[in-house]
Amino acid sequence: MTSPAADRRIRLAEGAKGRLVGWLSMVLVLALISGPGGSSSALSYGFRHSILRPRVIPFVVVGVVAWALLEVVRLRREMVRSAVLGRFEGIRQRAGAVPRNRLTRSVLPLVALVVAIAIPPFLNGYWQTVLVQEMGIFTLLALGLNVVVGFAGLLDLGYIAFFAVGSYTTAYFTGRLPVVPPFTLNPFWVLPLAILAALIAGVVLGAPTLRLRGDYLAIVTLGFGEIVFSFARNKTDITNGDSGAFNIPHFSIHAAGIHYTWGGKQLPYYWVLLVFVVLIMFLFRRLEHSRVGRAWTAIREDEVAAAASGVPTVRYKLLAFAIGASTSGFAGVLYAANVGFITDTNFVLQQSILVLVLVIFGGMGSMWGVLVGAAFLEWLPEKLRGSVPPSDRFIYFGLLIILMMIFRPQGMIPSRRRALEIKQAEAGVGEADALGLPKEVE
Amino acid sequence: MCFTHNFWPLLVSGIENGSVYALVALGYTLVYGVLQLINFAHSEVFMSGAFGGLFAVQQVVGSKQPHGIATVGLIALGVVSGAIVGGLAAFILERVAYRPLRRRGAPPLAFLISAIGASFFALNLAGKEFGNNPIAVPTLYDERAVFHVFGAPVLNTYLIIFGVAAFLYLVVDQVITRTKLGQGIRAVAQDAETASLMGVDVERIIVATFVLGGLLGGAGGFLYGMAYNVQFNMGFFPGLKAFTAAVLGGIGNIRGAVVGGLLLGVIESLGVACIQTQWSDTIAFLVLVVVLMVKPTGLFGESLGRAA
Repeated sequence: MTSPAADRRIRLAEGAKGRLVGWLSMVLVLALISGPGGSSSALSYGFRHSILRPRVIPFVVVGVVAWALLEVVRLRREMVRSAVLGRFEGIRQRAGAVPRNRLTRSVLPLVALVVAIAIPPFLNGYWQTVLVQEMGIFTLLALGLNVVVGFAGLLDLGYIAFFAVGSYTTAYFTGRLPVVPPFTLNPFWVLPLAILAALIAGVVLGAPTLRLRGDYLAIVTLGFGEIVFSFARNKTDITNGDSGAFNIPHFSIHAAGIHYTWGGKQLPYYWVLLVFVVLIMFLFRRLEHSRVGRAWTAIREDEVAAAASGVPTVRYKLLAFAIGASTSGFAGVLYAANVGFITDTNFVLQQSILVLVLVIFGGMGSMWGVLVGAAFLEWLPEKLRGSVPPSDRFIYFGLLIILMMIFRPQGMIPSRRRALEIKQAEAGVGEADALGLPKEVE
Repeated sequence: MCFTHNFWPLLVSGIENGSVYALVALGYTLVYGVLQLINFAHSEVFMSGAFGGLFAVQQVVGSKQPHGIATVGLIALGVVSGAIVGGLAAFILERVAYRPLRRRGAPPLAFLISAIGASFFALNLAGKEFGNNPIAVPTLYDERAVFHVFGAPVLNTYLIIFGVAAFLYLVVDQVITRTKLGQGIRAVAQDAETASLMGVDVERIIVATFVLGGLLGGAGGFLYGMAYNVQFNMGFFPGLKAFTAAVLGGIGNIRGAVVGGLLLGVIESLGVACIQTQWSDTIAFLVLVVVLMVKPTGLFGESLGRAA
């Protein structure tokens, strides 16, 4: 007979072996991604040189050690939990229900704003470019997609198409496309036109498709994104195809006695971006807590119930779509004017998925989450540029999406409402997204 | 009309492509029938099957072009290895991207997003491991016309693809209608909860459904790679088209997927005659939108349980 103590020493928590397999496959995948790639003439080269080499040993060791440590922690926690009869659970839940205090509500945003104003002038040119062209533009895109995915619960996989509409509208009205515009404008004055164009594109796509169930919507938007891309690539007499549009001028204002040109420097663009990001966040926050926002929440949580309570679901979904699209179009103008050069490859499917990653990582429906998440995920690859090949970043992003969905679907800085919804949906209450619409109510 | 000029050749090549779409569409339909989810990463299952078949054939084939029985054996080897790799990929996919979420009872959006992540991951990993260039499957036979239909040459490639696809479809049809596994799949598709009360192991059925879809998708991947080329991003459009085919026939409906696949192949082939070829990929998409607008349940309705 074994003593209880000895028994405890060899005991593993439930499912421990499964988690070991999980850890091992995870580290093997990491070893594979970080190793050398193969080529079309040697298909197995990458596998042989990244997994079947001594370099795999540290990966395996790390995996096993991490597993062992976490199992010990898990076992401890299980013992404690059974000892106190789950009393901790109640405490944790109550702690989570404390309303957000004044500090996080008013001081933190202010601190963030001060940092956002104070730091950039001291960065060097390279990082200022990253700040505007990667972090700034993509934050704007992510904030727009957040309205669609986060607020209204609609999965849009062709989001970058509206960015393309904004960019090509800019190129068109500045006379940089093969088709001659009726009049030329500075990109700054193209802004309202491009926003309008993207908005129209959003409504044109959304009006017929938003009646569809959410998973169909995802595929249709995916196809739409691909059509816009093939248009950009193949309609060379309109879009210049893969040679793109060059020399799109910078922003400048010559009106009402003000003469200012943004020029080649990044900082002036950064201020514009900052102003608009703050403005957009403020507007979206107001929207979120208005009648519109409540309608979105209702649609997202249970579309059937929302429709039954008299919420015109298609109209509100269309509104979310249009707002997202126009934000994307707006970002497109900024991008075109700042970089001065656009080509079809800026608008591939990968970019749509990338924006989706930014939203999911930060937390769907959480504007601060999306802001911080987008800035972080755009900054990190630049930081790692020397050590990780840039082409690999999409592999890591794909992995990140899966891991987020498994372990933290609410995102890094979740919207409290969204986190609760996901929890409730998992417990069988509500849908937590607009995917569950049965056909009868369409 | 633009397509009457070359009607028969277009029809023949449409059926060839359509039979591959049908194989892949079966994977979408099976999984949809059981889980009511669109398996977004199925196009990458297709791609991995193509690479699996290609790799196996490359290992065995010599420097000389094979003849007779060796040709048949090599094609069979490619199809079988493609199917196995596809089935394996689908198994891993289910294990990694679907099961943890299902255990938790996650909302449908989460499944869709995690499948997109898996697809994105597999696609880009394949790009890294196998390079970005299209790879030709080694020549296993001389392509030639076997006979003519109204003057349209029917190539031996077409016959191979159509024959293998038809054979696989018949096998699947028998599996679904005759075997215990098929009974389980139909039961879960009709009502998972009741099925589990009747002693059906729903988890096992779900895995089996994924693997079955993966086997078909992988075999389809190799056939497609043999006709065209093998490339890391080859899954995207056939995936989208096969999905369209599944919706066209009524997603969740097995016979619908086959008819939808053939029909879509023909529509696409005839449609290309009317527009520039670089727009050919958008035809399927237009079909998808029209079907979803007009009759979202497809031609034969959504029912794996009843119509199978």
